[in-house]
Amino acid sequence: MGERARHSAKKSISWLALSLLGFFLFAMILADSRSASAKPLPGGNFRAIPAFARKYGLPCSACHTAWPELNNFGQVFRDNGYQLMNDRDSPIWQNPTYWPMTLRMTPNWHRERTNHQPVDGAPPNGSVVEQHGFDLSGFDLWTAGTLYKNISFSLLPSSDSTGAFHFENAFVRFDNLLKSRWLNVKFGKFELDNLVSEKRFLFLSANGGLYQTYHFAPVGDANDFGLGDNQIGLELMGHSINSYTRYSVSVLSSNSGNVGLPSNRTYDGYVTFSQAFQVGRLGLQRLGGYAYVGRRPTFSQTFTTAPIPGTGIGNKSFYRVGFAGDLYTLQGKWEFLPFFLHGYDSVFLGIGCGLTAPCSPPVTLPAGAKAPTWNGGFIETHYYYSPQLVLTGRYEILRMSRQAFPTPTMPANQGDIDAYTAGYRWYPIMFSRAGLAWHNEFSLVKTAGAIPLSGNGVGLSPLAPLTALCSATRCPGVWSQTLFFGFDFDF
Amino acid sequence: MKSITSVVAFFFGSLGLALAAGTTPCFAQTDIHFHTVTGPMEAHIGGLAGHSSDGKTLYRRFCVGCHGASGDGNGENAIWFDPTLGFAKPRDFTLGVFKCRSTPTGALPTDEDLFDAVTRGFVTTNMPEWRSLTNQERANLVAFVKTFSTRWQTDKAGTPIAIPPEPPAKIESILHGRELFQKMECWKCHGSEGRGDGPSAATLTDSKGNPIRPYDFTTGERFKCGVSNHDLYRIFMTGLDGTPMPSFADNIKPEEAWDLVHFLRTLQVSIKTPELGTFRQWVSAHPGQLKPIGQEAPPGK
Ligand code: HEC
Ligand code: HEC
Repeated sequence: MGERARHSAKKSISWLALSLLGFFLFAMILADSRSASAKPLPGGNFRAIPAFARKYGLPCSACHTAWPELNNFGQVFRDNGYQLMNDRDSPIWQNPTYWPMTLRMTPNWHRERTNHQPVDGAPPNGSVVEQHGFDLSGFDLWTAGTLYKNISFSLLPSSDSTGAFHFENAFVRFDNLLKSRWLNVKFGKFELDNLVSEKRFLFLSANGGLYQTYHFAPVGDANDFGLGDNQIGLELMGHSINSYTRYSVSVLSSNSGNVGLPSNRTYDGYVTFSQAFQVGRLGLQRLGGYAYVGRRPTFSQTFTTAPIPGTGIGNKSFYRVGFAGDLYTLQGKWEFLPFFLHGYDSVFLGIGCGLTAPCSPPVTLPAGAKAPTWNGGFIETHYYYSPQLVLTGRYEILRMSRQAFPTPTMPANQGDIDAYTAGYRWYPIMFSRAGLAWHNEFSLVKTAGAIPLSGNGVGLSPLAPLTALCSATRCPGVWSQTLFFGFDFDF
Repeated sequence: MKSITSVVAFFFGSLGLALAAGTTPCFAQTDIHFHTVTGPMEAHIGGLAGHSSDGKTLYRRFCVGCHGASGDGNGENAIWFDPTLGFAKPRDFTLGVFKCRSTPTGALPTDEDLFDAVTRGFVTTNMPEWRSLTNQERANLVAFVKTFSTRWQTDKAGTPIAIPPEPPAKIESILHGRELFQKMECWKCHGSEGRGDGPSAATLTDSKGNPIRPYDFTTGERFKCGVSNHDLYRIFMTGLDGTPMPSFADNIKPEEAWDLVHFLRTLQVSIKTPELGTFRQWVSAHPGQLKPIGQEAPPGK
């Protein structure tokens, strides 16, 4: 914070103007108290489905602690393949005009500040750049539901804020095979069965709207995998009747969720398990573990000319393992989400051998090169003041434990991250048709010797090469922060 | 420093406003005025005590959209449930009349009965199963549901009916049950094959005047009031109050009731119950011996 403050730009909006703006927006909401509610997503990442609320006549708050985050009722509904299991889930029971479609977007205002930027006339370590203004988030057009009893689907074309679309997910799921809840098969592109979902979480800003640990790769590493990226493959999952016990096993194409078989032809695997317990008046407590094992190519069948798509070879392995929890106190009013991850990438990936920079075999490793490893995690907390107001906070930390290159080529802390987020979401109304949330968030991320994962919102990359700022053993942090507020609507 | 101040000022400024708005009774939806008619209520399920004060927020979060702020079943979604298509209207808690009871017809259900109904939901309707809430939460909800009717103050919950132990589902039992099905005129509503298409079926309405259909046994769907043979026993020996489905406690002896249970299981042709197996075996060994069920059949056999 001190460093950021030292470099603070001349032009910052005065607190008075900001407070007035906040006041003005609230006044608008207060003036028009009847509206809708749903969920938006910046970059197309967050999901809640009023289409289900409309299908079943349930309020958002039935499935969501605060939308888009699911409560256990919502989790059971999702695990059942978007079914209430009332023998009326099949679309043949719906009015033919019912269309399971949800829209979500968040018009917003945000301010991004990043230091160590190479602006004209800046001192050698750069100076602060600040951008702010009214803006749009990405956009979700989501349809999901059942095709028939026990056959579910989801299709989510998602765009960035310019309207450039991709398929965030697209799958069919065969539910309750052999009449068993323990056998459900999903086929297509889907979110990994992470205990703490990054697709249904309560953060939207450039810096806070992602889990750093879900997308981290060591500096210079060629691995493009992210636990938070939807993957393409096949998932077998099962759950007990109230989803207290859950497991999943997936086989995934090792193309990091990208379509068209762009790089590889091997398969990754992911397993998860979690168990929940009722603890008296505290509420439900869930603990679980996960492991992802995969391989990425270090060159393709052509390593001298342009790589032939999908022919990646020289595959090297990586893994991510860890545990997570979902803990409640105060009869479910206060939620804590601890998460831990240990990451390992093969030394070949660590030194940067990959399809974009293929290493011609046989690769000779630089002296002292090692497989990079790191530990990351966060503790997130939500306080549900009421079904219509939730306060949020998170501290995330990531530490390299072994770098691919020895010092001084790579200082020990290069890539380390500390991220802080606080915010709240207020849902002026909470009905069963649509949703509106007034979202406020402040996020601050310190990244040592690397470009912040936020890609810093709208700004430039920090000074390149950043390593120029590093000493032989330590890199200074780049601070990037977002102040964000917006109307998150979902219909 | 200026920047930090502005962040903090904005953040807490607008949060303060949200809190103020969220707690102001005149604002938007927080003005849901629960219209409860009793004082605080409790519910006792085994060793678990539920409290209406804790149930209120849960009711607001999960139930109000259907059952309404005054518990009269007129929540915002109620108009969309079409009884002509078999989707029952949400229960009106102000009447204190409930379908799934272990207690005699006309009596209030026990707390356990309500707890079980909330847990299992009402299959084929919009009332979800709430198993995914904790036991404590469901107990609190039951206590809160009781605050909508003064019946819970004036009447005591009924005493659960006594159920004798279940005899084996022998063919004699099944055949005797079949006679009862004929004699008690279950078929008039449920149809001779249990398809829910008896002669009276089309005109039935519940106590609120909404069309209602008799259960179709051939679908094999769960019963609204449970799945087990004991549940089935209770269903016709206590009746589903508020619907045309009566209690037969005055007409069927407790031991005989099990025979009817066993016969009803043979109607669930799509789930191939053991009783159905026994029955089919007997029928193929005794062709032509069974009189068809229905108006034409002579009484008795
Ligand atoms: C989506 C609509 C909906 C929601 C939400 C809902 N219910 Fe219901 N509920 C119904 C309907 C419809 C019925 C009547 C079903 C029938 O009569 O077949 C019902 C019936 C009931 C009954 C009657 C039991 C009996 O034996 O007669 C109780 C008790 C009840 N609900 C409690 C709750 C509680 C507690 C909640 C919140 C946790 C809740 N309901 C949420 C629709 C809903
Ligand atoms: C006057 C018409 C009528 C008669 C006679 C009648 N029923 Fe019903 N029955 C109904 C209706 C209507 C329902 C559906 C109630 C509902 O869905 O809430 C029903 C439901 C049922 C159910 C399913 C209850 C549940 O929990 O889903 C069973 C089992 C049943 N009846 C058995 C019988 C038996 C056995 C007899 C004869 C001894 C009988 N019924 C006689 C009208 C009738």
